[in-house]
Amino acid sequence: MTPGWHLRRRKLVSAAMTGACALAVLVALVPLASILVFIVARGLSSLDWDFFTKLPKPTGEAGGGMANAIAGSAKLILLASLVAVPVGVLAGLYVAEYRGRRLASAVRFAADVLNGIPSIVVGIFAYGTVVLPMHRFSAIAGAVALAIMMVPLVARTTEEMVLLVPEMLREGGMALGATRTQVAFSLVLPAALPGILTGVLVAVARIAGETAPLLFTSFNNQFWSSRIDQPTASLTVQIYSYAISPYDDLHRQAWAGALVLVVLILAVSLLARLFTRRLERMAGR
Amino acid sequence: METATMTPSPTTPTHAVSMDARSAPASAPAADAPPLIEIGGFSFWYGPKQALFDIDLRIRERAVTAFIGPSGCGKSTLLRCLNRMNDLIDGVRVEGSVRVQGQDLYGPDVDVVDVRKRLGMVFQKSNPFPKSIFENVVYGLRLQGVKNKGVLRDACEKALRGSALWDEVKDRIEESALSLSGGQMQRLCIARALAVEPEVVLMDEPCSALDPIATAKIEELIFQLKERFTIVIVTHNMQQAARVSDETGFFMLGKLIEFDKTDVIFTRPKQKMTEDYITGRFG
Ligand SMILES: Nc1ncnc2c1ncn2[C@@H]1O[C@H](COP(=O)(O)OP(=O)(O)OP(=O)(O)O)[C@@H](O)[C@H]1O
Ligand SMILES: [Mg+2]
Repeated sequence: MTPGWHLRRRKLVSAAMTGACALAVLVALVPLASILVFIVARGLSSLDWDFFTKLPKPTGEAGGGMANAIAGSAKLILLASLVAVPVGVLAGLYVAEYRGRRLASAVRFAADVLNGIPSIVVGIFAYGTVVLPMHRFSAIAGAVALAIMMVPLVARTTEEMVLLVPEMLREGGMALGATRTQVAFSLVLPAALPGILTGVLVAVARIAGETAPLLFTSFNNQFWSSRIDQPTASLTVQIYSYAISPYDDLHRQAWAGALVLVVLILAVSLLARLFTRRLERMAGR
Repeated sequence: METATMTPSPTTPTHAVSMDARSAPASAPAADAPPLIEIGGFSFWYGPKQALFDIDLRIRERAVTAFIGPSGCGKSTLLRCLNRMNDLIDGVRVEGSVRVQGQDLYGPDVDVVDVRKRLGMVFQKSNPFPKSIFENVVYGLRLQGVKNKGVLRDACEKALRGSALWDEVKDRIEESALSLSGGQMQRLCIARALAVEPEVVLMDEPCSALDPIATAKIEELIFQLKERFTIVIVTHNMQQAARVSDETGFFMLGKLIEFDKTDVIFTRPKQKMTEDYITGRFG
């Protein structure tokens, strides 16, 4: 065999592999692209100004919108984040800064388990602990369910980001007389914050699409709900109830709702990516 | 019993302010002055591995003491023991004592945080905090609860002047510290250590990541600093040790082989091993 033959063979194998990878990427992109095309095709035609500004019409009447559901989703996500972000960040910070301690391992394990619990089970839990005692569906109950799902996501990214903070920084702080906790809050957390914020956005995008935990917590509402202890509409539950209804008009609205939801989630994901890029550039990496 | 040695120290800084009075004796400190740090029978273990063996060493006030020796001989370990940075590592063990003005750093009721305030540290790789230049310098003071903006500003300026960085950054102390050059960052780390007014500044190869010009600046700085502070420096650079230090300790395999005035170590060492190392026959 001549060396030339070897070289040719290697180039051939390399080309074949590159081709196979490209094909795999295409196959992976097909579902995403077709979902987008499908939703846009079905949803765009029923998307008008009313959709964003009007309440749902009584069943049978044409027109109306999902304004209350959009606002409700925003409210639920905001409430959930208000609880889940501080809890998740603190838990992640603790797990990373005090790794090796028994409690830290326990917290980490608990977060992993929580992450694996099906969302419908989380919904049932919130139903049992919030809805039943309060004797009604409410935004609070929905937010609790979403927060429970969000905490492990935020804790995990926080832990990862905190572990990326160089040890030198901690030593520098300690050498000036800072305690471990002071270092964690005054140096490590600010250094990891950009990454944590990206993680929070990703978690928001994740829970924004949840339906199951909201079905029997925040339930649904055909009207505006100004209070957080009232049943509250959300995009996902509204899409679900319209989709299983027998009316064509509601089906069209459901498609429009799905389009709005997907676009919002895409926007948040893009924001997270942009954020990461900006930070990486700032950190000079 | 050591209180007698402690009383003169609070008064000394006032004498030290006049430069001409200091410059002559600083390069050749009086041999009979009591040592500021006294290391006695000191051994150190990383888990089962012993890294330092029975070290006896006296570090004089307002002098520069250099630790030299081949890689892995325990220079950094000893330096980090002087402000108890090694406490951060799991499974370490010490024997013997490190006395600073008579007080044993490893005594039962010693406040580690207080130790680290009194003995500041500058690391091999500069580690500015991802904050503004100003916030970097005053970090230690903020930890101590200083909130008055004016006090912090004055302390910041003083520390930055002390580390010969003021003129270069005075117009942009609110900018990120990460925008500085490597040499400036290292001087910022020195300023950060100086701002809390420590008694001792410990430097672990402070110039090893710097170019010759930045190195020269820091060496010059060390010369000025020893009028106000006691300095212990670890270095791999023989010329640097010879240039900046008053006394030098030569270490090998965790043992202190020889400790003497720097010119003695570099011109007529008593130990064959020291001579071999200095002349570059090994290590
Ligand atoms: N965290 C640690 N855990 C275990 N062993 C360590 C640790 N740090 C240092 N050592 C060991 O202790 C010995 C002394 O290390 P030290 O860092 O003090 O050497 P050094 O003289 O500073 O070397 P260099 O000139 O390369 O910086 C080495 O054998 C090293 O492997
Ligand atoms: Mg070292």
